Amino acid sequence: MARIVAAMSGGVDSSVAAALLAADADNEVIGVWMRTHPDRGEGFEHKRSCCSPDAADDARRVAQIVGIPFFILNVERQFGERVIDAFADEYLAGATPNPCQACNQYIKFDELLNRGLAAYQAQQVATGHYARVEIRDGRWRLLRAADAAKDQTYFLWVLGQEQLAATRFPLGALTKPRVRAIAADLGLPTAEKPESQEICFVPAGDYRALLAERRAYAGAPGPIVDARGEWLGTHSGYAHYTVGQRHGLGVARGTPLYVREVRPETNEVVVGARDDVAAGGFVAVDPRFVAGEPPGARFEATVRIRHRGAETPCEVTMLGSGRLAVETAAPVWAPAPGQAAVFYRGDECLGGARISRGGARPSASAA
Amino acid sequence: MPIYLDHAATTPTDPRVVDAMLPYLTEHFGNPSSIHASGRRARQALDEARETVARILGAQPREVVFTSGGSEADNLAIKGAAWAASARGRHIVTSGVEHKAVLHTCQVLERQGFEVTYVGVDRLGRVDPEAVRAAITERTTVVSIVYGQNEVGTLQPIADIGGICRERGVLFHTDAVQAAVSQPLDVDRLGVDLLSLSGHKLYGPKGIGALFVRRGTSLLPQLQGGAQERQRRAGTENVAGAVAFAVALSLVHDDVAARDRQNGREADLRDGLIDRLLTLPGVALSGDPDRRLPNNASFLIDGVDGADLVAALDLAGVETSTGSACASGSTDPSHVLLAMGVGPDRARGALRLTIGRDTTDGEVKAAGEIIVDCLARLRGDRIALQATASA
Repeated sequence: MARIVAAMSGGVDSSVAAALLAADADNEVIGVWMRTHPDRGEGFEHKRSCCSPDAADDARRVAQIVGIPFFILNVERQFGERVIDAFADEYLAGATPNPCQACNQYIKFDELLNRGLAAYQAQQVATGHYARVEIRDGRWRLLRAADAAKDQTYFLWVLGQEQLAATRFPLGALTKPRVRAIAADLGLPTAEKPESQEICFVPAGDYRALLAERRAYAGAPGPIVDARGEWLGTHSGYAHYTVGQRHGLGVARGTPLYVREVRPETNEVVVGARDDVAAGGFVAVDPRFVAGEPPGARFEATVRIRHRGAETPCEVTMLGSGRLAVETAAPVWAPAPGQAAVFYRGDECLGGARISRGGARPSASAA
Repeated sequence: MPIYLDHAATTPTDPRVVDAMLPYLTEHFGNPSSIHASGRRARQALDEARETVARILGAQPREVVFTSGGSEADNLAIKGAAWAASARGRHIVTSGVEHKAVLHTCQVLERQGFEVTYVGVDRLGRVDPEAVRAAITERTTVVSIVYGQNEVGTLQPIADIGGICRERGVLFHTDAVQAAVSQPLDVDRLGVDLLSLSGHKLYGPKGIGALFVRRGTSLLPQLQGGAQERQRRAGTENVAGAVAFAVALSLVHDDVAARDRQNGREADLRDGLIDRLLTLPGVALSGDPDRRLPNNASFLIDGVDGADLVAALDLAGVETSTGSACASGSTDPSHVLLAMGVGPDRARGALRLTIGRDTTDGEVKAAGEIIVDCLARLRGDRIALQATASA
């Protein structure tokens, strides 16, 4: 009998993940919804009253139908520091944050795993991620989901051996339509719930208000320049821009312009043509490998630099002191500092690293 | 069967109460306002229930208003009295350790132009009657102080505060929702003009409560409609609920000696729990050790999140609470503990155990050991985690 904590977000994926585990008589499943940030009540009187948001209501209802106990785990403090504040700090450092990955790393597979397992005396944590875990050659491996369109390993590369050993991904072999069909068969109220697209703590995708609220960053106008430093226009504050961004520059030119670089030190936003933003390689920091170590000091793989982005063959060279260099076989478009470069070999996600600032090499075609 | 130590959240309905109320859901379903025989039958049950409640409070039947529960009674008492007296003044005095039904009601009145003074409490959660006296001004119309605090169990000197209010000519309301299952409710001895009660805290059903309104006290009704409850609370009366409430209240208070014996028995069990848990390091009793509700054992526990401990205890078969029945995982530390000077971090480690009529010595002993085990596990794991993190 395995006791498993099922992280339930109130969405269809985690609902079905919990239901599938609960259907196995060998499992004792405990549903947990994590309160990550305060939610406004519906009454007008108290903005932070004792109320539960809709997502928690859905998760609880699913737990009732599936017949498992349900608890709410408060992780507001941890989520506020490790995800929301880190998100703001990345923008302030001229980088592009990766909040879903941070949430996996610090909240789901750290706070929930450790604190949840202690409180609930469980042995494993399960989530509704589309990914698979398997032992090969004596090591836990993180494998792509059977449904390539849904694969979420791009957000899970930070997991190591200890975490994978205690993790279940019940949806790894399923397709999204199949998951919805299971939810409908079981009569789960989340069966038809639309996919969540936006960042859960940024209402309407407007992160500028969040920068002001968490880090008192109001934005100061600064120059938009080209690679030669020539003035092209004025921006509202460097932290409002990310590498690869096209819209919102307010600069009219014959060809579309893209953000090439964000320079917090000088409050400059550097732009260029589409080809200028491509790179033939880049440097990345803080590498982590699922197996515990890289396949070699120099190894071949494919690399992905954004969720659902194209995969490009590459050669990776470990540089020591937490750095590695990636040389891609074809130009990759807009490697954004702060984003993850995730390496794959066949169906296996090897691990990854964070793209660092200033490490991009011009692509052969642009040079 | 789990060991239920959360009687402050709610109590099981006494089978005698269920038996008494069922006929008013079935054969005697009439509307007490109807002229015909079915209506008269319901009216009689309602009148008798009101007489019973009045007798226990030492009040007149017309001074009892049935409500949907404690929160509605608190809202009606404070909003109703404050608005009715608003031509004379718009100042309310209450404390920092009130139930949210009082606290939030006062906050709404503040938005509507009333001034509210929140009298502080000491480390044990006690309101000083002299602080209440000092807070009363020429413009004060209502004072509201909780009888028995629902989270930490501290009993307030209601009669002393009542005397001061009488002297100063202001209305005095007490939320007796949590105290009514064990404490005397004689409204004259308590010196109260308004007193809130709830059925489900004293082995009655949910959805019924009452407000004592001393004769001559003007209230602005908070529900408009029919003329029920002497025009103080519109809506067809919950006859079955009122019958149940009266029986439940009688079962507690009719035999005062039995009530006091029951209180003594629960206090013994409570003290056993307190003694066991205080042997652990980093565990402190919250609330007044002497003047407290006989069924309440509340603690501040270092090194754990109260909600985690409650979940762990639930999975181990012991049902408890962090301090109030809030399952939404709200992170805000208890305003009651903050008012008592407990820091926000420490306040997160709150655990409340509340004993009931059916709680046995064996249950309390078993629960004590389970709590000790869960706590050791949670703390041990946490310490181990911290060691890993710093390694």
